[in-house]
Amino acid sequence: MKSVVRKLLAHSAIRFGASVLGVLIALALLAPWLGTVDPAAMDSANINTQAGAHGTFSLLDGTSLAHTFWMGTDNFGRDIYSRVLYGTRVSLVVGLFTAIVALLVGGLLGMLAGYFRTLDAVLMRFMDGLMAIPAILLAIALVAAMGAKLWTVIVAIAIPEIPRVTRLVRSLVLTLREEPFVEAAKALATPTPVILLRHILPNAMAPLIVQGTFIAASAVLTEAILSFLGLGLPADIPTWGNIMAEGRVQFTQYPGNVLFPALFLVPTVLAINLLGDGLRDVLDPKFAKRGA
Amino acid sequence: MSEAILSIHGLSVALPAGGDRMHAVQGISLRIAAGKTLCVVGESGSGKSVMATTVMGLLDKALRPDAGEVLLQGESLLKAAPARLRELRGRTMGMVFQEPMTALNPVMTCGDQVDELLATHTDWPAAKRRAEILQVFERVRLPEPERMLRSYPHQLSGGQRQRIVIAMAVILKPALLICDEPTTALDVTTQKEILRLIADLQREQGSAVLFITHDMGVVAEIADEVLRRPRETYTRQLLAAVPGMTPPAPRLEPAGAALLAGQGVGKTYIARDWLGRARPTQALRDAAVAVRAGETVGIVGESGSGKSTFARCLIRLIDPTEGRIHWGADEVATLPEGRLRPLRHRVQVVFQDPNRSLNPRRTVGQSLVEGAMNFGQSQAEAEALAAELMQQVRLPVDALQRYPSQFSGGQRQRLAIARALACKPQVLVADEAVSALDVSVQAQILKLLREAQDRLGLGLLFITHDLRVAAQLCDRVIVMHQGRIVEQGPTAELYARPQHAYTRSLFDAAPAALPAMEDAPA
Repeated sequence: MKSVVRKLLAHSAIRFGASVLGVLIALALLAPWLGTVDPAAMDSANINTQAGAHGTFSLLDGTSLAHTFWMGTDNFGRDIYSRVLYGTRVSLVVGLFTAIVALLVGGLLGMLAGYFRTLDAVLMRFMDGLMAIPAILLAIALVAAMGAKLWTVIVAIAIPEIPRVTRLVRSLVLTLREEPFVEAAKALATPTPVILLRHILPNAMAPLIVQGTFIAASAVLTEAILSFLGLGLPADIPTWGNIMAEGRVQFTQYPGNVLFPALFLVPTVLAINLLGDGLRDVLDPKFAKRGA
Repeated sequence: MSEAILSIHGLSVALPAGGDRMHAVQGISLRIAAGKTLCVVGESGSGKSVMATTVMGLLDKALRPDAGEVLLQGESLLKAAPARLRELRGRTMGMVFQEPMTALNPVMTCGDQVDELLATHTDWPAAKRRAEILQVFERVRLPEPERMLRSYPHQLSGGQRQRIVIAMAVILKPALLICDEPTTALDVTTQKEILRLIADLQREQGSAVLFITHDMGVVAEIADEVLRRPRETYTRQLLAAVPGMTPPAPRLEPAGAALLAGQGVGKTYIARDWLGRARPTQALRDAAVAVRAGETVGIVGESGSGKSTFARCLIRLIDPTEGRIHWGADEVATLPEGRLRPLRHRVQVVFQDPNRSLNPRRTVGQSLVEGAMNFGQSQAEAEALAAELMQQVRLPVDALQRYPSQFSGGQRQRLAIARALACKPQVLVADEAVSALDVSVQAQILKLLREAQDRLGLGLLFITHDLRVAAQLCDRVIVMHQGRIVEQGPTAELYARPQHAYTRSLFDAAPAALPAMEDAPA
């Protein structure tokens, strides 16, 4: 176990991805103590302030305090810096939980399709059908149907990912179920659910974790796209997509409203993808160097 | 003394730091003259393949030769530039690999692959290259050379593929032919033909042959200088570990009812084409066997003979399409898995591949207690049993905490046996259980199986392609061919007077008997 951790840390893409993500998680958790104000508070005295300006910010309850507008304010007088930092929370939560939902559902369906041949044909044809619908359109339709809440957005982004996970897990299970140790477990009278959980799943974990990181990265992007299109989370919850969508109308005068959230979005997706690439190099035996 | 084609002086190849020894090979010296064959024999990990790849200049980058000299017709190979080595490979030295399926490119026709070699090393026009290829295909006795030219590797049999590989190795009439376990992946009857082919080709063109193998029988077949007077202890051990073809004296025939029996067992696979029409393939037809307490029944046959299908039907890992199977008094051929499970402890199995028969993500202890706990033992009872079994298979008890990857192939096979015994079975089915192991390890595992049988009165069903192993272990032998049982009988009788033509061809093809060791001190 220790050697796996050492191998992971020896990989530069993993080190970089993990440290960037670590910083982002810290920013998200510590947002209230990093010189932010209520991200929903509007101060009509501070509309479209330039980035880096100092001033007084009046909160909703009437109190006012000295504040530095690191990234300026938008056309409602809301502090962009506070909104971007709180938006990190939404993006990371969406990324993490989308990956978890897609892996859980897709993993379960994939194991069923791979192990029980009778279920396979029906389940996989349904998955093929699902894959034929463009992911972003399907997500838009689902959010429109279920209403825009945090969990509906997560589910809507996760559903188009499920067929991909199902396919991956199914193909892994198809190879693993022929392995002698699985046959031996069958001969030892191990019940089928235990065979799946104890002998098959742990051996399929490495590619699943890798797939999970890629899903998380694309979920962060998709959430931003949905919000940008006005179909994501409601406007009162700050997300990177929301901030960019609202900044879009006055992009030429105040480009910061779009560029600052983008400055967070790009490294986040990059870091998760690099982490996934690195994990694949280390965990997937197909990519392991010979003799290493 | 004639000119040496290949000579090696004091060659050492260092292993990367952290290996189990400093050098893969150390202080090797040998010479092969034109027209001679030198066999290099050793068990896995002995460094014989490292030596061969060093000669070819195909050594893994992590390894480097740090002493000695390799001379091919007087030219140093260790100092040769990569471009020069490329030129030498194919032209002056040819190589035949172990696994013909992976040695050939699956998306190129065989003709194109040989042609690529000729286009690289010669300036012959296309027509001449084609003529040469057809000629070499005839020399390696491939049927219908024209068709072979257009065939993809997967359309050929294992033996035909190996002939293609050999054709590529000899087409430019190299002075040195390196054969790295060229017959290990083949059936005995095919092995015999390939060995004869290599010997004939060598005689025709006077090449020197460096022949690498782990099989002493193959050595006896092909080598010029046979190890008649083994001096070193290790050589003696290797030779002594090779099982003989003569079965030991028959044991008393056990009485009592069969613990595992099959009658008229058949398995038909149905593939459907794109119109949904059924295309049945009969993998197994009307097979019968009965294993009683304390006896060992062998099933012998080449790959594709249906012996593994039969074994898997008997342990109900696949469902037979017809026939009856009895585990003790219970008929189980069509029993659903739920009702089968409580009976499964009666029949246990040990598989061929020790690397894949244990779950790599679970400790040995977890694997060993699984069966016992499935049959109602408590964790503590099962752990005590696991510790006891570890002693029986002669492994340290504290090894229960370790993972399978930390054991050698032979040790893992012991663990697989211990796992099977943990269920307290009545019958143990060993499906090629020693085929992937070195001869000396093979002998240990066979001894272990025999001990377990004597102690527990187990019935043993032993599936193998190796007639020698079957001779040593089995009381009765069943010979299978193309999904049918062609002959069966007590081992001594069957080996002395094989009746069926196929059985006789199997015995004819088995590698030559070892030369009697002379001058063997006690």
